Amino acid sequence: MSSMRVIINGEPREVPDRVNVEELIEYLGLRGERIAVERNREIVRRADWTTTLIEEGDELEIVHFVGGG
Amino acid sequence: MSTANDVLTVAGHAFRSRLIVGTGKYRSYQVMVEALERSGTEWVTVAVRRVNLNRDEESLLNYIDPSRYKLLPNTAGCYTVEEAIRTAHLAREALGTPFIKLEVIGDEKTLFPDNQATIEAAARLVKEGFIVMPYVTDDLIVAKKLVDVGVAAVMPLAAPIGSGLGIQNYANLRILREQITDVPLIVDAGVGTASDAVIAMELGYDGVLMNTAIAQAENPPLMAEAMRHAIEAGRKAYLAGRIPKKLYATASSPLEGVIGRGMSR
Repeated sequence: MSSMRVIINGEPREVPDRVNVEELIEYLGLRGERIAVERNREIVRRADWTTTLIEEGDELEIVHFVGGG
Repeated sequence: MSTANDVLTVAGHAFRSRLIVGTGKYRSYQVMVEALERSGTEWVTVAVRRVNLNRDEESLLNYIDPSRYKLLPNTAGCYTVEEAIRTAHLAREALGTPFIKLEVIGDEKTLFPDNQATIEAAARLVKEGFIVMPYVTDDLIVAKKLVDVGVAAVMPLAAPIGSGLGIQNYANLRILREQITDVPLIVDAGVGTASDAVIAMELGYDGVLMNTAIAQAENPPLMAEAMRHAIEAGRKAYLAGRIPKKLYATASSPLEGVIGRGMSR
């Protein structure tokens, strides 16, 4: 399986080649979680997850919710 | 006079509980769940953070029943306008709520807000359709500017976050309450124990937001229950209209009819 290198949450990672955001989230084991995704500083809306392709070198932020005041 | 209809309303959303509770710093999720339940809160704050991809961690939201608690995401940890705006957008995207507790911190040690940055971020977020509830100091000028840019509430601190010092700025909070009537005022940060919450509500504040006071108490669920009663007691005392303070005594029992009085012995 060919792969590509991206940066997720500040760390370099190898992910499968030519995945879309939805597939990446699945690959990372995050399906069903309440999360938001930023690709190269732009939020990718959930409705666009299946139509947005991840590219080599992309910088992604994937966030969720934790305890806070 | 029934207080059953006395609700906290923020941007048209009504809450019977005037206590907003944070979800951070509990010793376990189980303790948090019980504390939230005993607090009677309907609104809890959550923070936005990167997912940890290196470890499988239990998700906080699995422990917060969405049918009982509305979520109020915060921009905790943000030190700039851009960070706060970015975080707010991420929170709205993930949760679908336009509510945001806006924090733009100015100093690591005190966690005091950068008021100027908070006003700027609030103005931009309001324009982008957010319902903004900013954490600020008790500065009247700052509060007025925030009201002018369209925030849904103003949330002045009583003391530094997590300090437990209680109301350190009684006079300033009182001035704020008298001068700001356009939006609800919520004391946010510094509460340590129940009496602090009572005082905030007796001042006429619309609500209190607290986290550490409950989460780090020896018995969080019991403290949560204490806070529930404190909020209610303070609110009722405020609505009941207290007596004025006087320097000298005014007897409570009648002066006439005391035995042994009358003609000379």
